[in-house]
Amino acid sequence: MGDVLVFAEHQQGKFPKSSLTAILAGQELAQKRGGKAVAVVASDNPDSLASELAKYGCAKVVALAHPALKNYLADAHAQALAALVKSSGAEYVLATATAMGKDLMPRLAARLGAPMASEIVAINEDGTLIRPMYAGNALATIEMDGPVKVVTVRATAFDAAKPADSPAPVEKVNAEIDGASARMQFVAFNQTKSDRPQLIEARIVVSGGRGLKSGDNFKTVLEPLVDEMGAAMGASRAAVDAGFVPNDLQVGQTGKVVAPELYVAVGISGAIQHLAGMKDSKVIAAINKDEEAPIFSVADYGLVADLFKAVPEMVQEVKKLKQS
Amino acid sequence: MKILVPVKRVPDPATTIRVLPDGSGIATDNVKWVINPFDEIAIEEALRIKEKQGSGEVVLAAVGQQSWQEQLRTGLAMGADRALLVRTDAALDTLAIARLLAKLAEDQKPDIIILGKQAIDDDSNQVGQMLAEMLGWPQATFASKVEFQDRKCTVVREVDGGLETIGFDLPAIVTTDLRLNEPRYASLPGIMKARKKELKEIPAESLGVDLTPKLKIKKLDPPPKRQAGRKVASVEELVQVLHNEAKVI
Ligand SMILES: Cc1cc2nc3c(=O)[nH]c(=O)nc-3n(C[C@H](O)[C@H](O)[C@H](O)COP(=O)(O)OP(=O)(O)OC[C@H]3O[C@@H](n4cnc5c(N)ncnc54)[C@H](O)[C@@H]3O)c2cc1C
Repeated sequence: MGDVLVFAEHQQGKFPKSSLTAILAGQELAQKRGGKAVAVVASDNPDSLASELAKYGCAKVVALAHPALKNYLADAHAQALAALVKSSGAEYVLATATAMGKDLMPRLAARLGAPMASEIVAINEDGTLIRPMYAGNALATIEMDGPVKVVTVRATAFDAAKPADSPAPVEKVNAEIDGASARMQFVAFNQTKSDRPQLIEARIVVSGGRGLKSGDNFKTVLEPLVDEMGAAMGASRAAVDAGFVPNDLQVGQTGKVVAPELYVAVGISGAIQHLAGMKDSKVIAAINKDEEAPIFSVADYGLVADLFKAVPEMVQEVKKLKQS
Repeated sequence: MKILVPVKRVPDPATTIRVLPDGSGIATDNVKWVINPFDEIAIEEALRIKEKQGSGEVVLAAVGQQSWQEQLRTGLAMGADRALLVRTDAALDTLAIARLLAKLAEDQKPDIIILGKQAIDDDSNQVGQMLAEMLGWPQATFASKVEFQDRKCTVVREVDGGLETIGFDLPAIVTTDLRLNEPRYASLPGIMKARKKELKEIPAESLGVDLTPKLKIKKLDPPPKRQAGRKVASVEELVQVLHNEAKVI
């Protein structure tokens, strides 16, 4: 009882910070439930991934291997994990609420007949969980019944696991996946090219909204600031809907949730759906020409100004600061 | 093609949500209720598929109270053909809702079920994926493009770091993301016609599904309030305070 299986997502042969977050959250949950945390990696060829994962201080690493686990597909992954959960007797299965975690874990929960708590932000001593609802306007305390429970965690709400003194033992398991999983086929992944830090991992995020007025202005006005600050770029839904920037830059209730050291909102009004994705940032700065804009109600520092004048100036000021 | 579209009734996204002082729920006195915006996108997609193919049927389904008829009528006014309301006043968890929808699907035998990726009230993002597993069907969540070639479906999905394309045979589950389409408004003739369309009620208990929730919300709390800060007078001051005071650059 109390054991936690942590599904660690990998991308291009590595574990992003969000996966290490799941491990730490899994360790915390296991500790509070009197069990141990076991990390799981799934791949057609998981050996090197498993030895990397073994560094992070879990009781064990399970390397689930099967040719059908080459590209991520919900059906095959859910089958493989469900069989492992059953044979391991774990009480919880946990992953980060990334696009993959959100896609996979409910399917797994249904396969196990288990309840699921999405995007938790805290674990109470009594094992109840806290999760935001209503675009972050309410924090719910959740209780789940049954032998198995499924959880996803919000990446920004937990720290990342750090390497431990000695590596965990690795157990390789041939995954159980039936032929029917072949009904889903991976066709292509069209990666958004960017040399900038990942949005959910960045120390600084600079986001633009409808106030930027065009994709060209994102390039010529906002991007110089993003790069001068070494930041990741984000956007409001309005900017994404208008086609100014790619979809996966959307910050908010229905996009990505970020909580960097510094969030700079430029030409963003601060709708509740946007705030849901950034209001836990450590410091928030906002530039908006409307002094009544709701973004100022959460901003530590607000500048009422025309962004087309203020942003180029800011590039120069940040440059000066770096030189001094 | 027969398309099933589950629909949820949620507070209008423009409503300010307040948690009740006793933590038992949210204040609903000033709430305007609407179709979950992602479900509107699902209805729109279903209608476009039917229009493009020149034949088919769009069936709405909801699991909830009597009042949910309102949202089903709105969906019918947008152009859906008929609606099913699984009636219950109980607070169900996502598993129970998915099980009820699975029962409807077994009975209705749709070629595809299109759902919103998440409901904007509880933000769980679970039911579509659960339903896919219960029916043993492929799933394509967070869809930004859906295309068909006979019984083959190709979906472009919004995932971390880009767009993913997957393919599968029908029947299948698709959940909608924001960029899939822009939903139409119900027209006046549409609203008139909707009054005569079939809206069938089915008691939830009659479907033989275990409805006992395994997930319970014990209480709601308002989130900690973030203090508004202060205005700065110039860009120079902004950069200075971020450096000297906040120490973040
Ligand atoms: C179901 C649903 C889900 C949603 N999910 C999200 C989400 O995840 N993320 C999200 O962001 N939104 C989301 N929204 C949309 C949200 O409600 C707002 O519509 C959106 O955030 C507004 O984007 P914006 O602030 O860029 O645009 P606007 O609200 O139009 O604000 C533009 C701002 O720019 C300022 N401005 C204009 N010109 C200048 C200038 N020259 N200099 C300085 N300032 C200027 C204006 O004063 C204004 O405040 C969602 C909505 C719904 C219904």
